[in-house]
Amino acid sequence: MSEFLQFLFSGIGNGAIYALVGLGFAIIYNASHVINFAQGEFVMIGGMATVSLIAGGIVPVWLAMPVAVAVAGGIGMALEKFAVEPAALRRGGGASVVGLIIITIGASIFIRGAVEVWLGKDFHRLPPFSGSEAIDIAGAKLDPQILWVLGGLAAVVAGLKWFFERTRFGKAMLAASHNRLAAQLVGIDIRRVLLASFGLSAALGALAGILTAPITLTKYDIGIMLGLKGFCAAILGGLGSGFGAVLGGLALGLAEAMAAGYISSAYKDAVAFVIIVVVLILMPGGLFGAKSSERV
Amino acid sequence: MVKAGPPAMLLEVVGLSSHYGRIQALRGIDLAVAEGELLALVGGNGAGKTTLLRAISGVQPASAGTVRFAGEDISRASAAERVRRGIAQVPEGRQVFGPLSVEDNLALGAYTRPKAEIAAGLERTYAMFPVLKEKRRQAAGTLSGGQQQMLAIGRALMAQPRLLLLDEPSMGLAPLLVADIFRAIEGLKRAGVTIFLVEQNAHAALSIADRGYVLETGRIVLQDKGPALLANERVKQAYLGI
Ligand SMILES: Nc1ncnc2c1ncn2[C@@H]1O[C@H](COP(=O)(O)OP(=O)(O)O)[C@@H](O)[C@H]1O
Ligand SMILES: [Mg+2]
Repeated sequence: MSEFLQFLFSGIGNGAIYALVGLGFAIIYNASHVINFAQGEFVMIGGMATVSLIAGGIVPVWLAMPVAVAVAGGIGMALEKFAVEPAALRRGGGASVVGLIIITIGASIFIRGAVEVWLGKDFHRLPPFSGSEAIDIAGAKLDPQILWVLGGLAAVVAGLKWFFERTRFGKAMLAASHNRLAAQLVGIDIRRVLLASFGLSAALGALAGILTAPITLTKYDIGIMLGLKGFCAAILGGLGSGFGAVLGGLALGLAEAMAAGYISSAYKDAVAFVIIVVVLILMPGGLFGAKSSERV
Repeated sequence: MVKAGPPAMLLEVVGLSSHYGRIQALRGIDLAVAEGELLALVGGNGAGKTTLLRAISGVQPASAGTVRFAGEDISRASAAERVRRGIAQVPEGRQVFGPLSVEDNLALGAYTRPKAEIAAGLERTYAMFPVLKEKRRQAAGTLSGGQQQMLAIGRALMAQPRLLLLDEPSMGLAPLLVADIFRAIEGLKRAGVTIFLVEQNAHAALSIADRGYVLETGRIVLQDKGPALLANERVKQAYLGI
């Protein structure tokens, strides 16, 4: 029992991170139909920027995280503005979606390389937000940082729900994802929608990276694996469904933890790849989302 | 000094051309819509009607020519800027935001307007199309074709346009519904909205139009008063099946 609980805690903690990364994929996919393979890099930027800001004494500790999230959001918007948009909205026919996806792959390699050169190849660690004393629950140990991760995910889901259902610009982003032509005809500026989607996704990724850094440590190349896990969460939930991405992330986290716990930890990362292959071949609509499902 | 001459032209299109890759869909279109007028443009499938309206709205690039609106050159203005200036379009196939509610669709129509105007706009729209009020919380995609057309018209009117572009509003609707929609369009004209109506249904469109144009393979081939075009032999043969 306590063993199962232990796997459950670790699965939910990781799953919440995958969910946050998956949400980023969903938001950009909705706005542009692009799968942003630089999404994992923003997770890395979040953790690395926070570590650097604190280590360098550049800003007070409490300000380091919001600044890191903002920095990542800014880099996400710059990626959109200077690499994706010029290709996508070129006059007389923009690049294909595949072309845009390749641009994001290029960007991810560039960002990873730049951080490696600048901050090195070492692991970095953030102190836990509220002590490292594990909470004992029925013989299993719950890392209090996992509660921060879950709280972060809950806050993000509530915030996104409010943004997309209650604000004018949020609804405009939804409208543009459903029908770009009609959105333009009511005066919605598609460039602003694309810009916001990249900024928002990058910020969410960075938040995930900060929340998990005390547990998993951070390094210039953690984005590769986390990006893939987030992508897995997004397609498991049906690409473009925010709700699905959250469920998909939690499901992936749990599946990994159980596979690692009951079979062998060597299989942990394989779970995501197996899921990606199976979903893409057998259930292109994802587990939870058909094409018509409501998108966050 | 006494002002004379023809009525002020709200929209002037001069030498407008547009391409899809190497296919030329518009070949030097010249046309003008006067303030308060109901102008109809008829043409068969593939004549270039939709391309023309999209080019006027700024969602389809023009390869040559100019578009002037209220005396100003808007050829380089973005689609959003054209809506702000007062050009709204009811696109072909209605293009409602299916998963969003009827009311959200309408509110988005007022995207370029101050938020404070939305409530009054909704009132006006619901007065014009009471069925939309009944279904205001329903997803737009669940409406019937005729109701979606009303929603698309209502959404465009929420922008308080000076010029309303309508792309085949009768497409796919039963005759009774077509009559409803055309009555609504006439009502808008009486209310002072300038209307540019594009139709394959030449009879219905020319019957309510002040003036009309005939478009064939990207060129304007005829233009006259609405009733005169209805009586024109060539129009009768090609478009009215008489
Ligand atoms: N997206 C497109 N790509 C290539 N050709 C197109 C496209 N849309 C329209 N066309 C061509 O442009 C011409 C005009 O089309 P359109 O403006 O849709 O005509 P209409 O609205 O009068 O039926 C047609 O020959 C059509 O085949
Ligand atoms: Mg058409």
